[in-house]
Amino acid sequence: MDKQALIEKVNAFLVDEFEIESAKITPNAPIKETLELDSLDYVDLVVIIEEQFGFKVQGEDFQQIISFQDFYNYIESKITNKVE
Amino acid sequence: MNRVVITGMGIHSCIGTSLEEVKSSLYHGKSGIILDEPRKDFGFRSALTGMVNEPELKGELSRRQRIGMPQQAKYAYKATQQALEMAHLDINFLAKNETGILYGNDSSAKAVMEAIDQVRIKKDTTLLGSGSIFQSMNCTVTMNLSTIFKLKGINFTVSAACASGSHAIGLAFLFIQQGWQDRILCGGAQEINEYAMGSFDGLGVFSVDELNPTQASKPFDKRRDGLIPSGGAASLVLESLESAQTRGANILAEVVGYGYSSNGDHISNPSREGQLVSLSRALKQAQLNANDIDYINAHATSTPMGDLIEAQSIHEIFGSKIPVSSTKSMTGHECWMAGASEVIYSLLMMQEDFVAPNINFEESEEDMPKINIINKTKHHSINHFLSNSFGFGGTNSTVIIKKYNG
Repeated sequence: MDKQALIEKVNAFLVDEFEIESAKITPNAPIKETLELDSLDYVDLVVIIEEQFGFKVQGEDFQQIISFQDFYNYIESKITNKVE
Repeated sequence: MNRVVITGMGIHSCIGTSLEEVKSSLYHGKSGIILDEPRKDFGFRSALTGMVNEPELKGELSRRQRIGMPQQAKYAYKATQQALEMAHLDINFLAKNETGILYGNDSSAKAVMEAIDQVRIKKDTTLLGSGSIFQSMNCTVTMNLSTIFKLKGINFTVSAACASGSHAIGLAFLFIQQGWQDRILCGGAQEINEYAMGSFDGLGVFSVDELNPTQASKPFDKRRDGLIPSGGAASLVLESLESAQTRGANILAEVVGYGYSSNGDHISNPSREGQLVSLSRALKQAQLNANDIDYINAHATSTPMGDLIEAQSIHEIFGSKIPVSSTKSMTGHECWMAGASEVIYSLLMMQEDFVAPNINFEESEEDMPKINIINKTKHHSINHFLSNSFGFGGTNSTVIIKKYNG
């Protein structure tokens, strides 16, 4: 999957799951504040990523994900490692 | 002690999802029972059920509000919306003026079963997501509704089998009567999915009259062959008379009696002695005589033993004249919800001066005492009605409601 396709896929499920306007998702926007994530929402984010990309996020990994760009990069790295 | 009045009600059931629709079904004796074929593949002995559509709440509630709601909580939300609207209670008022919730519910089988299936496959509890726990607990309805409607008073679920909804009303009545709360949302909810009813079906107590779904529920009739599971939700707003008058609320009726008892005997068989205690206690608390009651909404579920014992209890206290009907002839057995929904059905009859028919009743067996079972819609003025609910474990509940006359 190329990076643009990955970004589109991630944005699509975030818009669907968290019911926000797609225009609010920009690469440098803070993911926690934009999606209004609370501690319970992170559990659901783990579920969606597992469904969509087939790997399980470890809770501590979220600490380094601040922006949407960080989120895309993180998923890309996980998928790449998985393929390898 | 405070007088306790009803200022709002709402219903989401197999005979209608608005008070107007339900009133019309009751008046015309319309059944909500269908044959749900997939139940046969699931292993059910009987595929008969009351059918209640699950409301779509996307766009109405936020994701966080919806994610912890199983079927019966969605039903309860819709019923509560109606009740609060009728009572002119909005979220801003509820957030600032302490209001409680006591709601009957005694299972959340689908959520539990689906979570178990999922974790057996995934071998990872995190992958159940954040909604599973809130959907799975017995108190799911009170958890969800108290959060959504900003309720800040007493808050717990009443789990008392098929008397849950009735006890919820009774307890709300006591809390307000004693001055501990001004206002309580109460009611009952019941899921209709196959997970919830499978083990009940397994007892062999459901009607197998599958060729005639709308004629299968036959409370008190000698041909009765079992109950039909059903569900939905019913909500009522109870408040002190003083609170209702201060708010300028429209008063629908007054709660005047709550009787209760436990059989302390067999886990599923009814007990005439237990029922008599509950009925007598309700009359005593209401300071009424048996002949003050104008209508009895029977618990009668259409099982051979249950209906016979209740007819004996009613006959012993009330004799043969007071009109009796079981609305379960139309709705099926709404289980955890029934005690609340049947108060609403009876309130609608009280408002419109009629007794809804016990449809499918022709005649009872020889050894059933003769009580006045109404099988055709009867125009009749109701000043007081009594509603019975009996449940597994021998829990009995009776409430008496009076027309509000100032």
